[in-house]
Amino acid sequence: MHDTTLTALAAGLAAGEFSSRELTQALLARIERLDGELNSFITLTAEQALEAADQADAARAAGNAGPLTGVPLALKDLFCTEGVRTSAGSKMLDTFVAPYDATVVEKLKAAGTVSLGKTNMDEFAMGSSNENSFYGAVHNPWHRNAVPGGSSGGSAAAVAAGLVPAAMGTDTGGSIRQPAAFCGITGLKPTYGRVSRYGIIAYASSLDQAGPMARTAEDCARLLTAIAGHDLRDSTSVARGVPDYTQELDAPLAGLRIGLPREYFGEGLDPAVERAVREAIGVFETLGATLREVSLPHTHYAIPAYYVIAPAEASSNLARYDGVRFGHRCDAPADLTDLYKRSRAEGFGEEVKRRILMGTHTLSEGFFDAYYKKAQQVRRLIRQDFLDAFDEVDVLMGPTSPTPAFDLGAKKDPVSMYLQDIYTIAINLAGIPGISVPAGFVGGRPVGLQILGTHFAEARLLNVAHQFQQATDWHLRRPAIAEETL
Amino acid sequence: MQWETVIGLEVHVQLATKSKIFSGASTAFGAEPNSQACAVDLGLPGVLPVLNEQAVAMAVQFGLGIHAEIPEVSVFDRKNYFYPDLPKGYQTSQMYHPIVGPGEVEITLEDGSTKAVRVHHAHLEEDAGKSLHETFADGRGHAMTGIDLNRAGTPLLEIVSEPDMRSAREAAAYLKAIHSIVTYLGISDGNMAEGSMRCDVNVSVRPRGQASFGTRAEIKNVNSFRFVERAIEFEVERQIELLEDGGEVIQETRLFDPERDETRSMRTKEQANDYRYFPCPDLLPVVLDRAYVDHLRDTLPELPAAKRARFQDELGLSAYDAGVLSASREMAEYFEAVKEVCGDAKLAANWVQGELSGALNREGLPIQDSPVSATQLGELVSRVMDDTINGKAAKQVFQALWNGEGQSADEVIEAKGLKQVTDSGAIEAMIDQVIADSPAQVAQYRDAEPDKRGKMIGYFVGQVMKASRGTANPQQVNALLKEKLDALC
Amino acid sequence: MALEHADVLRAAHLARLGLDDDEAAHYLDDLGHILTMVDQLQSLDTEGVAPLAHPLETTQRLRADEVTESDQRERFQRCAPAVEQGLYLVPRVVE
Repeated sequence: MHDTTLTALAAGLAAGEFSSRELTQALLARIERLDGELNSFITLTAEQALEAADQADAARAAGNAGPLTGVPLALKDLFCTEGVRTSAGSKMLDTFVAPYDATVVEKLKAAGTVSLGKTNMDEFAMGSSNENSFYGAVHNPWHRNAVPGGSSGGSAAAVAAGLVPAAMGTDTGGSIRQPAAFCGITGLKPTYGRVSRYGIIAYASSLDQAGPMARTAEDCARLLTAIAGHDLRDSTSVARGVPDYTQELDAPLAGLRIGLPREYFGEGLDPAVERAVREAIGVFETLGATLREVSLPHTHYAIPAYYVIAPAEASSNLARYDGVRFGHRCDAPADLTDLYKRSRAEGFGEEVKRRILMGTHTLSEGFFDAYYKKAQQVRRLIRQDFLDAFDEVDVLMGPTSPTPAFDLGAKKDPVSMYLQDIYTIAINLAGIPGISVPAGFVGGRPVGLQILGTHFAEARLLNVAHQFQQATDWHLRRPAIAEETL
Repeated sequence: MQWETVIGLEVHVQLATKSKIFSGASTAFGAEPNSQACAVDLGLPGVLPVLNEQAVAMAVQFGLGIHAEIPEVSVFDRKNYFYPDLPKGYQTSQMYHPIVGPGEVEITLEDGSTKAVRVHHAHLEEDAGKSLHETFADGRGHAMTGIDLNRAGTPLLEIVSEPDMRSAREAAAYLKAIHSIVTYLGISDGNMAEGSMRCDVNVSVRPRGQASFGTRAEIKNVNSFRFVERAIEFEVERQIELLEDGGEVIQETRLFDPERDETRSMRTKEQANDYRYFPCPDLLPVVLDRAYVDHLRDTLPELPAAKRARFQDELGLSAYDAGVLSASREMAEYFEAVKEVCGDAKLAANWVQGELSGALNREGLPIQDSPVSATQLGELVSRVMDDTINGKAAKQVFQALWNGEGQSADEVIEAKGLKQVTDSGAIEAMIDQVIADSPAQVAQYRDAEPDKRGKMIGYFVGQVMKASRGTANPQQVNALLKEKLDALC
Repeated sequence: MALEHADVLRAAHLARLGLDDDEAAHYLDDLGHILTMVDQLQSLDTEGVAPLAHPLETTQRLRADEVTESDQRERFQRCAPAVEQGLYLVPRVVE
């Protein structure tokens, strides 16, 4: 049961081949047995999961089942879940039991899905390797010494290892796509505003977006249909109808215009990764698509702009963790300033502190124009690059990451870590959607192909990714751990 | 040296919305601590703000009320600082693109003259919670402060004036004008005791004739008209003394202590704050449709300045009466209702400012809590006008209505038999009786010089009125008495 | 724009992050590298480019003025570190 897609499991449930309780129990047992090697979960919610599975089975028996009823999945520990610890991978929230559900969680519950637990992540979603978690690093299912990517590393590893058919992630600068690429799964970052951010612990509000991580584009399409939509509680969510994203999966790609950004195939790209990606892109030609080179001239400025905007927003978003209403509070504070300084110094990890300091500095008097305002101007130029490109082509393609998964502990210097996100970060600045699909291997480690579309072109991206997955089998390759049966 | 005072005010007005500016929690005053602080107000992880349309409408109404520019786009920014009553570690405010642009408020000075005070802008923001310094203790016996976040997220309109005021009186007049505008508009209850209106005062002095401003001090959180005057008076004196002694005013924040009647420096424990304003990424720019603004303009109620002018020009009231009667919306509405019922503006004005205001002041009641309704008072005035009762009886009727001794003037007049006696036969009979009962007084009258008699007639009038229990028409009594007494001479 | 030790301490204070001297020195080094990377922005001419705060240039939607929340103090205070009589407790604030 574990080694199959969400779509196949949903079909099995619908056909009565197994119950949601059986499926849930089987996966919980796998997690218990195998996750020790991976550390992909922070919190398992077996009891609630079985309860939800029973409800799903009862709903099905009563004839009230929807397309996702009874399907198990996992949630990145950044989504608030009522009555369940929601840690954001931080000591700061180690004891925080959220008193409410995020909108995405509400929607997934309403669709009848069964959450097995909360997955590991870089603290407050800040990181590209999942090494910044208070709960320890996550290991890549393909190679235990390699990182799974970040920040949604636990979600990616759990799906790749067959512990869950799908998991929810969030993506602020590549946090869905890059771990999806590193773990050989499919991950979609929707258009900013497509999915409600309400109840998702904020890192950088103008960049954060939740999305599905699963084995196939088809699975992602089913999940996006369930979680997308306007939310009255999120002013930045967009009032726009939600199509059934599975409807256009089978549209033929003949005549599809694919743009290859020159800047995404330049210096810094691992030649082996480039070969794999170009080969994958070649598949589309056989499907009737046309290729042309395009330019995104401001690509080079995306990382600098991001490392002004994201830390600035984060420095403000994380000010609420002050030891007063929730979260870590230091022992015996001498006075108010001591309460703040020690609670925050003890509660936050190093990378979080680094970004808070960075954001505080760039917003402070005398620096605002040179950094924040400048970065916002550059942000407009970066978005314009994409809009111009989409005047000429339907989708853009390139590598998700310049290298395959690197080894744990390999990137000690923050800047070299940041540069990993060169192909993913601009997408968040522009607010466009992007999907990473498995497209080969380098040295036994998966390589991701990134497909980008203009705002709200999710249906098109999923269609393009699905057609690729009909023509290739990279997404069906499994690491050894996923082959293990109990 | 002659000194000139320069004052600017930042007035914070709590808007009278039902729910908070960014959440659906109630704004009602006086609830149990933290019972009206919802997830958004508490800044729980993951929550997001959604803007209250009524707060926007009220801010725009204020802008229109002071003839301000209403920019098409306004933007919320975050003002970042740590304080326990500020749950998110930032206050959502408007730094760069406020909802209300430059406008003007007309103030009326003691001598009845008016002056325009320019408003720089007004912006929307969220209020903070409250710190309660009663003694709490942690496990080690250290004193603790309790935080109540019920007020956190209450919408505030901060109205920032230009430094246009030149005296404490002008500043108080400005504050009163703002108070009357916001209460007229119904966008705030204006209750200063509950903190619905608070102000920060910027004060500086300069030698008269000097063009540049002196260094200013900011007096924080002054919460009554009287305190504003007193705080400024103290501060001006302090600054002048300082300068005349060769000292310097330093730019600082001060607190007014009403008990000691002085301002004092808030010890600046640390380096100047740096609020790191930046546009709030959780909120989008607020864009106001022209049609929407026009609609609000068309439905704006008549404001105090216009009302005052109309009371003078159309109703013929004096400048003073017009000023008093238009000072608050409740007063104006009451007066207009009385006038509507009785049809005479001047009589209505006299009664509202005389008998009614006197009684209200004695009992310390605001006019909206008056036991005598405007309709009741209007009917009472009508009965005076149509001679049903005389002025003296009218006061009795008013008192009876005040005490709840009847539903209407007519009912009281009937029950107490206060209907004025105008039947000259009946009055003559009472006069004859009084004359018969007062031989000594009649003799004195007769012996007096004719020019002294006028004064002596008062005694007889009093007796007749007493005999009629106040109901005889005093003019008639006077005329008939004079006639009869003079006939005896 | 070179970063100085004092800048780090100032940012740490504004952000209420307790740092000892060693940590401050460590962050000075890190932030220095990051700022060098960020300073690439300065080479780009952005004259006349309007800053972009949100990727979708849409406008704020307004909420009807209705009270939709009820008292959930007990639930919200379950995760609070120090509460008494319904109030959140902090070390005495001196005004």
